[in-house]
Amino acid sequence: MLIEAALSGLILGGMYALVAMGLSLQYGVARIMNLSYGELLVAASFSAWALFTGAAVNPLAGLLAVVPAAFAASWLVYRLLLAPLVRRARTRDALEVDTILATFGLAFVVQGVMLGFFGGAYYSYGYLAVPVKILGATVAVNRLIALGVAVAIGLALYFGLTRTRAGTAVRAVAVDPESARLVAIDVRATAGFAFALGGALVAAGGVLVSMFLTFNANLGVLFTMKALIVVIMGGVGNLLGALIAGLLLGLTETFVATWVDPGLTLAATYSLFLLVLLARPQGLFGGSGR
Amino acid sequence: MSAAAILEVANLSRRFGGLLAVDDVSLRVAAGEIVGLLGPNGSGKTTVLNLISGALRPDRGTVLLSGAPIHRLPAFRIARMGVARTFQLVRVLGSMTCRENVLAGVAFGARGQWGASARRAADELLSRVGLGERADTPGADLTYIDQKRLELARALALRPALLLLDEWLAGLNPAELRLGIELVRSLRAQGVGILLVEHVMDAIRSLCDRCVVMNAGRVIAEGTPAAVLADAEVVRAYLGDEDA
Amino acid sequence: MSGRALAWGCGAAVLVGLLALVPFAADDYRLSLAISILSYTVLATAWALFSGPTRYVSLATVAFFGIGAYAVAVLGEHNPWPLVLLAALGIGVAVALVVGLATLRLSGVYFVIFTFGLAELVRQLVTWYEVNRTRTLGRYVFLDIGPAQIYWQLLALAVMVFALGILIRRSRLGLALRVIGDDEAVARHVGVNTTRVKVALFTLSAAFMTVTGAVMAPRWTYIDPAIAFNPVVSFQVLIMALLGGAHRLYGPLLGVVPLTLLFDFLLARFPNHFIMMVGVAFLLIVYAIPQGIAGLLERALGKRR
Repeated sequence: MLIEAALSGLILGGMYALVAMGLSLQYGVARIMNLSYGELLVAASFSAWALFTGAAVNPLAGLLAVVPAAFAASWLVYRLLLAPLVRRARTRDALEVDTILATFGLAFVVQGVMLGFFGGAYYSYGYLAVPVKILGATVAVNRLIALGVAVAIGLALYFGLTRTRAGTAVRAVAVDPESARLVAIDVRATAGFAFALGGALVAAGGVLVSMFLTFNANLGVLFTMKALIVVIMGGVGNLLGALIAGLLLGLTETFVATWVDPGLTLAATYSLFLLVLLARPQGLFGGSGR
Repeated sequence: MSAAAILEVANLSRRFGGLLAVDDVSLRVAAGEIVGLLGPNGSGKTTVLNLISGALRPDRGTVLLSGAPIHRLPAFRIARMGVARTFQLVRVLGSMTCRENVLAGVAFGARGQWGASARRAADELLSRVGLGERADTPGADLTYIDQKRLELARALALRPALLLLDEWLAGLNPAELRLGIELVRSLRAQGVGILLVEHVMDAIRSLCDRCVVMNAGRVIAEGTPAAVLADAEVVRAYLGDEDA
Repeated sequence: MSGRALAWGCGAAVLVGLLALVPFAADDYRLSLAISILSYTVLATAWALFSGPTRYVSLATVAFFGIGAYAVAVLGEHNPWPLVLLAALGIGVAVALVVGLATLRLSGVYFVIFTFGLAELVRQLVTWYEVNRTRTLGRYVFLDIGPAQIYWQLLALAVMVFALGILIRRSRLGLALRVIGDDEAVARHVGVNTTRVKVALFTLSAAFMTVTGAVMAPRWTYIDPAIAFNPVVSFQVLIMALLGGAHRLYGPLLGVVPLTLLFDFLLARFPNHFIMMVGVAFLLIVYAIPQGIAGLLERALGKRR
């Protein structure tokens, strides 16, 4: 029982971490607080479902279609919807208010479209729902695959950011956009790239999650909420922090669902958030900050 | 020096991540004394002002205002106790008129006035800094120099015992500089203690009773303007001696 | 000056008196529309009371509205009505204080995130409580309160929220709010206890939202958590306030009237695409008229902010 819960908490936490890394890119680098983030995740889940049930494409192959599509869509959203706000904003605070409003509106548009297509019902599909035994605990193969893919994507992202030129530019903009400009980094293009990359990550998360969770058109808010909390807990722009915070959140939720009550998982999430706010508003792993 | 100390800072330290921005700084300002806080860019001067005004909390050390510890208090409480400041990058309330800008200081500072008398007080302060005609102009529409004046009027509205000026004289032309220096002097005559961060050497020489020089977060010299500006270590801090 | 104030006061009193007659003149459909307009007027004006000057975007309107409605569903049948309203108010204020004290000490982002999921949190908690303790999900509200009484209560709330808005505008609190909206660091350095001001205003604003929910509860005969905590309400209130202009007291009203009519029409004609259309309308407003109708009017009249 304990191992089983720990294992599914770990898998769920891995998903949260992956999704939170994407949000961290959007908020930490592109400086966009994206409240439509969860809607993109759910849209990706629906795409995977449609590909699987409609065209018999397995979700891992579906990743190859959905993730690039999400990258392109996010890039377009940044260029068409958000870049004008960036240009219009006089201060960082004004930009924050504007982007919060715009992405909040976008969330309702995307959600509305999904409700139009799929209604409010819950969806799921069976892909490799074969139980295997690990350390005496039973887990479905699709969950293990999801975790494996998430780890692979996370590692690829980590090395991409630390070992490549483009990754270095992204990190430079995250730390200090003004100085980045001085060393000839195209800040606006980099921000757009980071935003699109974040969109690709959350879409990957959506496809992976759809392999083993049921979902409906209204779930976006919850995923946005959880990703935001993980980012705050981990410290904005801190990928390792996001990983640890994501796992922590996944384990907490699973333990609460297993031993307390499944109806109280969001309350557990909020309690965790409240604790962080009261004790360490700069994030669990941030420095003392300014 | 024997006059009662308005401000006594002792062993103040503050770290940002790996950087020790302020390292064991001690200084004092007496009533009616103007103390210059000098040093090259990045030496920690503004951080010291932020630690005194409560914008930041020190990691170690104490700040006493007329003998009372204030280093653990929130900024608004410190302001009400009579510590007023201006900002390195001018911060006026852009959407509010000049009168409302000053009214903010009158209403929430130590005197806590409101109503017609508060408006009168605000208008008097505006006239004092030479903005009497602009009472109904929004702060954002003022010129740079007028914004600086407005900022000072707002600070004075708190009836400060201690005034922190962060490069308030920077960017003024010679005529404006002379006016600014006169204004600061008249405050000293009223017994206000003034700690000013400044790069304008003329102003430092003609205004400051004493100077404290910082470099890399530490105090490296202290004394009269003439003495510290001649100090070898100060010259080295500003100009560098090896590879600069 | 006082003569002008007197004239304004008389005008407002006459207007309120005329509005109070609406239930005698209007048919059922029009009265229900008038109730919608009034309830959104209170909600959007209360929203703008806090979020307008401080620019802290609150996404939690329906959390408080729903708390009020649900309090009535639970307590309504066995208690006198004023006591029920007071109880609802007390719960709403308590929740607002917790949220405000936890988040408003910090930067605005935390507040937005916290309010973003708040309605969903309260909804899940209420669901959990109902399923586990009372073993029912959904309640019937049988109260002897008709549409006309609801209308008059809402009108009274609207008068109160406008009166409060005027009082605040003229008080030190109003000045403090505007200073915070312009520059929070300056506010602290002129002696404004920024946390207290923000928490006080947020709580006041939430109190109005809660009581509006309570007053509206008898409109539904059946309430379940999904109805009471419908996130679209938060969204609609936000749109209305922004369309009208959140920086003026009368601003939200300018957005409420046309949008209530528009949404009523859209919901009847395109029930399946309603949310998407509201989203599109919202984006149009954010991009095309960021200062709201009030801002446009002021510019047209050549008046400065």
